[in-house]
Amino acid sequence: MSLDPETVRRIADLARIAVAEDEVARLQGELNSILAWIEQLNEVATEGVEPLAGAVRMRLRLRDDVVTEGDQHEAILANAPDRADNAMGSFFAVPKVVE
Amino acid sequence: MGFIIEGRSGPWEIVCGLEVHAQVISKSKLFSGAATAFGAAPNTQVSFVDAAFPGMLPVLNRECVAQAVRTGLGLNAQINLWSRFDRKNYFYADLPAGYQISQYQYPIVGRGEITIALADGTTRRIGIARLHLEQDAGKSLHDQHPTKSYIDLNRAGVALMEIVSEPDIRSPEEAGAYLTKLRQILRYLGTCDGNMEEGSLRADVNVSVRRPGEGYRTRCEVKNVNSIRFVMQAVEAEARRQVEVWESGGEVAQETRLFDPARGVTRPMRTKEHAHDYRYFPDPDLLPLELDAEWVEELRRTLPELPDAKAERFQRDYQLSAYDARVLVAERATADYFEAVARGRDPKLAANWVMGDLFATLNRTGKTIETSPVSAEALGRLLDLIADETISGRIAKQVFEEMVETGADPAAIVEAKGLRQVKDTGAIEAAVAEVLSANAEKVAEYKAGKDKLFGFFVGQVMKAMGGKGNPALVNEILRRALG
Amino acid sequence: MSKPTDLTIAEARDLLGRRALSARELTEAHLGAIERLSSLNAFITLTAERALADAARADDRFARGEARPLEGIPLGIKDLFCTEGVRTTAASRILDGFTPPYESTVTRKLWEAGAVCLGKTNLDEFAMGSSNTTSAFGHVVNPWRRRGDNRDLVPGGSSGGSAAAVAARLCLGATATDTGGSIRQPAAFTGTVGIKPTYGRCSRWGIIAFASSLDQAGPIARTVRDAAILLRVMSGFDPKDSTSADVPVPDFEAAVGRSVKGLKIGVPQEYRLSGMSAEIISLWERGAAWLREAGAEIREISLPHTKYALPCYYIIAPAEASSNLARYDGVRFGMRVDPGGDLDDLYAATRAAGFGAEVRRRILIGTYVLSAGYYDAYYLKAQKVRALIARDFDRAWEEVDAILTPATPTSAFAIGEKQDDPVTMYLNDVFTVTANLAGLPGISVPAGLDEGGLPLGLQVIGRPFDEETVFAVAGAIERAAGFDALPAVRA
Ligand SMILES: [Mg+2]
Ligand SMILES: [Zn+2]
Repeated sequence: MSLDPETVRRIADLARIAVAEDEVARLQGELNSILAWIEQLNEVATEGVEPLAGAVRMRLRLRDDVVTEGDQHEAILANAPDRADNAMGSFFAVPKVVE
Repeated sequence: MGFIIEGRSGPWEIVCGLEVHAQVISKSKLFSGAATAFGAAPNTQVSFVDAAFPGMLPVLNRECVAQAVRTGLGLNAQINLWSRFDRKNYFYADLPAGYQISQYQYPIVGRGEITIALADGTTRRIGIARLHLEQDAGKSLHDQHPTKSYIDLNRAGVALMEIVSEPDIRSPEEAGAYLTKLRQILRYLGTCDGNMEEGSLRADVNVSVRRPGEGYRTRCEVKNVNSIRFVMQAVEAEARRQVEVWESGGEVAQETRLFDPARGVTRPMRTKEHAHDYRYFPDPDLLPLELDAEWVEELRRTLPELPDAKAERFQRDYQLSAYDARVLVAERATADYFEAVARGRDPKLAANWVMGDLFATLNRTGKTIETSPVSAEALGRLLDLIADETISGRIAKQVFEEMVETGADPAAIVEAKGLRQVKDTGAIEAAVAEVLSANAEKVAEYKAGKDKLFGFFVGQVMKAMGGKGNPALVNEILRRALG
Repeated sequence: MSKPTDLTIAEARDLLGRRALSARELTEAHLGAIERLSSLNAFITLTAERALADAARADDRFARGEARPLEGIPLGIKDLFCTEGVRTTAASRILDGFTPPYESTVTRKLWEAGAVCLGKTNLDEFAMGSSNTTSAFGHVVNPWRRRGDNRDLVPGGSSGGSAAAVAARLCLGATATDTGGSIRQPAAFTGTVGIKPTYGRCSRWGIIAFASSLDQAGPIARTVRDAAILLRVMSGFDPKDSTSADVPVPDFEAAVGRSVKGLKIGVPQEYRLSGMSAEIISLWERGAAWLREAGAEIREISLPHTKYALPCYYIIAPAEASSNLARYDGVRFGMRVDPGGDLDDLYAATRAAGFGAEVRRRILIGTYVLSAGYYDAYYLKAQKVRALIARDFDRAWEEVDAILTPATPTSAFAIGEKQDDPVTMYLNDVFTVTANLAGLPGISVPAGLDEGGLPLGLQVIGRPFDEETVFAVAGAIERAAGFDALPAVRA
């Protein structure tokens, strides 16, 4: 499989990374060379092999249902590039989203 | 036959399925120790995990898992002892991590079903396709600033159960009945409070239309409808819109729409079109969720009695009509109230009082069964006073009003107001004699065959005795006196 | 007494304990060295004031006889570990100005054991790289020089700042992380010891994620013993990390001197790559000979899917990274570029400006391999190959107790070399990446020099949670190799 310029633009859009038009061709080349190399995996017979998501061979632990966090909105908002405060309280602010 | 939309070119059938997001009742969030309470000041119930700070990791809440299993059991569904959390990747203002932890390929609950009762007395089974656990997103406020949206992450990470029905629903009424029943079951189980105004229960409605007997056509999803009435309206509005599109030679496009309750129509969402590609993959911060069969059995054993079973039992044990039983089990608290009143008493009398005077009082005073001014115990004691003939049923209504007003004990009210029933035959005979002599004409009419006047005499005697005469004795003595 | 900066952790611990050296002197010596050798660019952030306060507290403790296991030991912290109140960058512009309000579990354990925080070390951006040239804070220079060649060499990556700092004696030890070889490869390039423990041994809580199913923290130090001392403190169950293993932490230091007599050591034939240099092959053979002489039995083994580990890794790691790095969106922390459009424009502009070329490349690859229509062909396929790689090792453990391989296919290369094609750079991790995919402990030990006088490392891979055997074998190699070469640049 190899990427066309349209696919490069589509995945850049999915990943929310702005790509200038004059970068598309270079990225296409780089990504295709990586993909071409990756595709040697097709040599491996994997019929009937259970996919392995991680190397941990144990059960998922569950947490007790207790509230361990108090109000820490100052710490949560301390690094915000745009923070807004009004009578209701404190928020992260972003350009207006239309639904 | 079911619900049909008569188009210009013939009949159309509705095909509808519901995806319901039900907020799980838990103290803390699905993957963090932040609180879940409704209505807190913005961003005060947010952990660094919920805000997706660098290096933060999710740890699954056992109670949320238990709640999902309970719900699955309540829906007669298959519990999957092996399930998995996947990441659903997309960018959104109130989705801090850029992905939602959800269950895509392997949900915790598989197929189940709900039986709904319809107005015509029939029932239908609606299939449940699956139930999975996932995180809620935060909330964007668009009305706080002219050019900005404000983000509150209090809800981010709260546990949701997404309950997906099969496309078995065929009418707005069925959609309403399905959601009502689902909500009732969730509330019985104590797994979701069902509060649609607060957003604890939200429905996405999938609607398509087809000619009776044909296969499925393109469906549209109407997002986030927040009341049962609106769900019914949205199903109908969307179905009629689609019929119109098909009949005018158009093609229904698969899209996400919103219901506008003010105008009673659906409209497409105005989101900028990005490719929708969620790139699901197993969350590498978590391991597969494996449940012990014994734990599931333990949850099954401790499941509360559900509305259908309770209604059946009420009919069986209390000889109630199907209708009365269904009304009394609608809310678990009402059913419990009724049982507390009915236990050891005349169940029919208890049902009449609960569904009659009590419901009327709650309606009038704007109270709920939980905040009822008359407790089940107090109402029970009132019924006891009727049963042992301390007071008559008529006097009991007067006592009940007093109980609503003052909260006083029924026996105390009876004593204080001297409402005790008169069983002294001498006093009754005197009152009867007085009434008969004051109504000589009517006595003559009665004797001439106008039997219906008997009730009039009873009323007059009761009135003369301030309502306190024992009804059976009054009847008996009157009948004798009128010979 | 040798210079304070030349001490091993074990030696410093002894001198401090005998009060023959103060923590203050030790810390000041290192702070001075960091300043003098700032041209190595090993540190992104220095915490000199904090270090002196830590040292003062340590001296207090020694005075009161309340010293803890790492009391007064000055360390460098890879700038991928979140440190409360101390800027944390992941060597990326996108985290511009980010100061975590929390401390990673691993670093918290180090401070609770009395260690002194010198500062945050440089790395490849988001730990993506094998050369430490992708850092937004500039590349790190390897303190070693090739004989007769004055070009700056890479220290390896991604933990290049930690490795260079330890090699140049800017700290006694450092934390690092390893997703595909990021501890072991820079350790090999700088003549230091680096161990990636079993997946789940060290908590990942508070470490900025690259690829969650592969990331593991570990130490870089100058001796196997020092690595063992650090790893013991860094390890342990953490309920805040769902992949953390609830297993006891053994006394790794005690395992270092343990005899290897009777151990079966596997030498996997598939690691003999075509075109591999004769020096690497002979180093590997020498390593096997040392272990045989020490009483171990050397066995040829087969790990048939080795060849596919790297392409498998370059699907899984970018896939996880593409998701893990979605949170850097300019909303809650870090950099924001607002081009004046809608929120999507803000995201795209922020992420284009905030991420460097290699990070963007990997996010795009990861996005692609997970996207609809390609998931099965790439991601699912890679997971199946991963299962086969893990199975190869499972079978090997039926035959052997540890596996010996070269740590890297070459010694350190010059800055700018191998930069034209990403895949050439990726090949650096060919020997190390299998241990990440299978979740196994692996250590890199300096074992000799190449023709150019640059260090080469041997790798020992062990069974899950059997770091003790790994340390024992590494200790035997260290003793036999007697590696005492010193980098050209050092304090
Ligand atoms: Mg949905
Ligand atoms: Zn959902």
